[in-house]
Amino acid sequence: MAITYLLGSLTYGGLLFLLTSGFCLIFGIMRVPNLAHGSLFMVGAYVGVAALRAGVPFALALLAAGGAAAILGAIFEAAVLRRIAGDENAQVLATIGLAFVVGDGILAVWGGNPYRAQAPHALQLSFRMFGAVFPAYRVAVLVIAVLSAALLWLLIERTRIGARLRAGVDDLQMTRALGISAPALFTGVFALGSFLAGVAGALAAPIVSAYPGLDFDILPLALVVVILGGMGSLAGAFAASFVVGGLYIVGPVMLPELAYVVLFLPMAIVMAIRPQGILGRSAP
Amino acid sequence: MFRRLGLIAYVLTLCLGIARADEPRLKIGLLTIQSGPYSAVGDQMEHGFRYYLEQHGQKLGGFNVDVVALDTAGSPATAKSKAEELTQREHVQIVVGPIASTEALAIHDYMRDAQTPLVSSSALAEDLTQRKASPWFVRATSATGQLSHPLGDYAANTLKFKKIATIATDFAYGYEIVGGFQRVFEDNGGVITKKIWVPLNATDYSSYISQIGDVDAVYASFSGPAAHNFLRQYAEFGYKDRVPLLASHSTVDESLLPEMGDDPIGVISSGFYSPTIDNPENREFVRGYRERYKVAPGFYSAGGYMAAALIDSALTGFKGDVADKAQLMQALRAAKIASSPRGAITLDEYGNPICDVEVRKVERKDGVLQNTIVKTYPQVSQFWTYPAKKFLADPVYSRDFPPLRSGDK
Repeated sequence: MAITYLLGSLTYGGLLFLLTSGFCLIFGIMRVPNLAHGSLFMVGAYVGVAALRAGVPFALALLAAGGAAAILGAIFEAAVLRRIAGDENAQVLATIGLAFVVGDGILAVWGGNPYRAQAPHALQLSFRMFGAVFPAYRVAVLVIAVLSAALLWLLIERTRIGARLRAGVDDLQMTRALGISAPALFTGVFALGSFLAGVAGALAAPIVSAYPGLDFDILPLALVVVILGGMGSLAGAFAASFVVGGLYIVGPVMLPELAYVVLFLPMAIVMAIRPQGILGRSAP
Repeated sequence: MFRRLGLIAYVLTLCLGIARADEPRLKIGLLTIQSGPYSAVGDQMEHGFRYYLEQHGQKLGGFNVDVVALDTAGSPATAKSKAEELTQREHVQIVVGPIASTEALAIHDYMRDAQTPLVSSSALAEDLTQRKASPWFVRATSATGQLSHPLGDYAANTLKFKKIATIATDFAYGYEIVGGFQRVFEDNGGVITKKIWVPLNATDYSSYISQIGDVDAVYASFSGPAAHNFLRQYAEFGYKDRVPLLASHSTVDESLLPEMGDDPIGVISSGFYSPTIDNPENREFVRGYRERYKVAPGFYSAGGYMAAALIDSALTGFKGDVADKAQLMQALRAAKIASSPRGAITLDEYGNPICDVEVRKVERKDGVLQNTIVKTYPQVSQFWTYPAKKFLADPVYSRDFPPLRSGDK
């Protein structure tokens, strides 16, 4: 049983990291609390399911899901968010509004019944370990999460684009003064964050299904991770994903009456005593 | 010339108006869900209701029917304001719906005060026809426990299970469906070892499933996407082939089956309806509905259809005034359905159907999943075999009632 919890926590943590890395990136650089992030995740789940049904191989379906979310995200940024840059209240309201628009759009296209996605055939089996049975697909999700964390780290720490992004986080005005185009940077960041959300949605679809309401079921988890990990800190998000994954899996077993408290109380405590998050830097 | 034509036209419309006014019409308001995550079930209910009207020339009991459908979005507060709109502005004579029990409970007192008949098409909450029964309320479907009591009997006496763990969504419907199952199963010698509750918006069930422990079977109740994810993870974590699964009707509803793959095969559930019920009315209903909506009717579709059927049979031979809601209500309370897709139905003194309950098993037939009927419990009361007075003296089923008799908490 313990092994089920351990594997469950790790694999759910991996899924959470995929979900929150994009949110984190967008918030870290643009300071936009993108409450439509769950919607981009949901779009990814639906597009992934649709692509798989059209006979597209799994890896391509992930890219298609990420691509669709990235395009949608880029449009959001260019058409709406750019006009209200710097106004956090307006951004919160606008992104919530966009979330509702996306939710209804999906309802119009796909209807209200849940859709099931199939894991790739090779991963549909479950394996037995120390007397516990565990689905192989979830372990694959964990591996993908760790790989994409490594890729993101390389992108940000070792490439020119990454250097620009880091410069944008540290001092936006100075970055602009150095001649880096802020609109292009922002649209690019938003598209990348949305891409990650879309891929996460498609990867999650074989576990959570694609269904209306998935957006707001998943969004609070992203918020908890980001707040615990520290706004805009990818390393923090990575660590916090596994902490929240563990709380999510083990908490309700230990305290079945307090399933929500277990998840949200740590968040409230962190906000009260360390508002910048565990690994976050305090705002400049 | 034109003036004369105009005059003739005017007189003609007047005559038509009078002719129409002579023929009493029945105005029915639907409280359904047309937007948001739950719009699929709202659609199914509305389809079932409108399908019945289409099949009967837009008439119920000989009266031409006008339908006004309003969207509650599944929210109890909105349901209340829409109920007010239907009664005060639209002046409907009968309200059909709402979809969710929370909505039905939210408008229950208002409908009584507004003295407008409410025909429930799907809300199952026990107390609507039990501890909070209202003279202005009838159900066309059933109460929650009414559906799980028979399965408790079936699990103990036919399947001979001794130890069962339950796992269900952590809200009122889950408590009621599990409570009903537990009461009858334990009164027939079974033991519920554990009741596991899963939060409403959970996406991962592994940690809940792994608590099941050593049992003969599991009783589960989920709806919509939760049912999907639970059944899949029950299979993925190796329980499907090891521990038989019993379930509520909602867990394996017809609207979900086409997307479920092999996960639900073998699940035994109980419900008031299945497209496989073998009678002429049902064969015709399933054939026609499938042709019209490309899917077999399930719980909500049958609920909408039965609400229309109930009004139809209540008003057949109705001699009173349809504008008089008290007379309408009296007729609705006395409704008897001699034959329908789900068999014969009479109402008890609380306005709840006494009806057949089917035990079904999910099978794949001709490549399609279906709930095949394995046993019919005829003419089941919402109080099962318990005396109504004794049943009502107990509290309504909840997280802690009935309490576990043994096993760990």
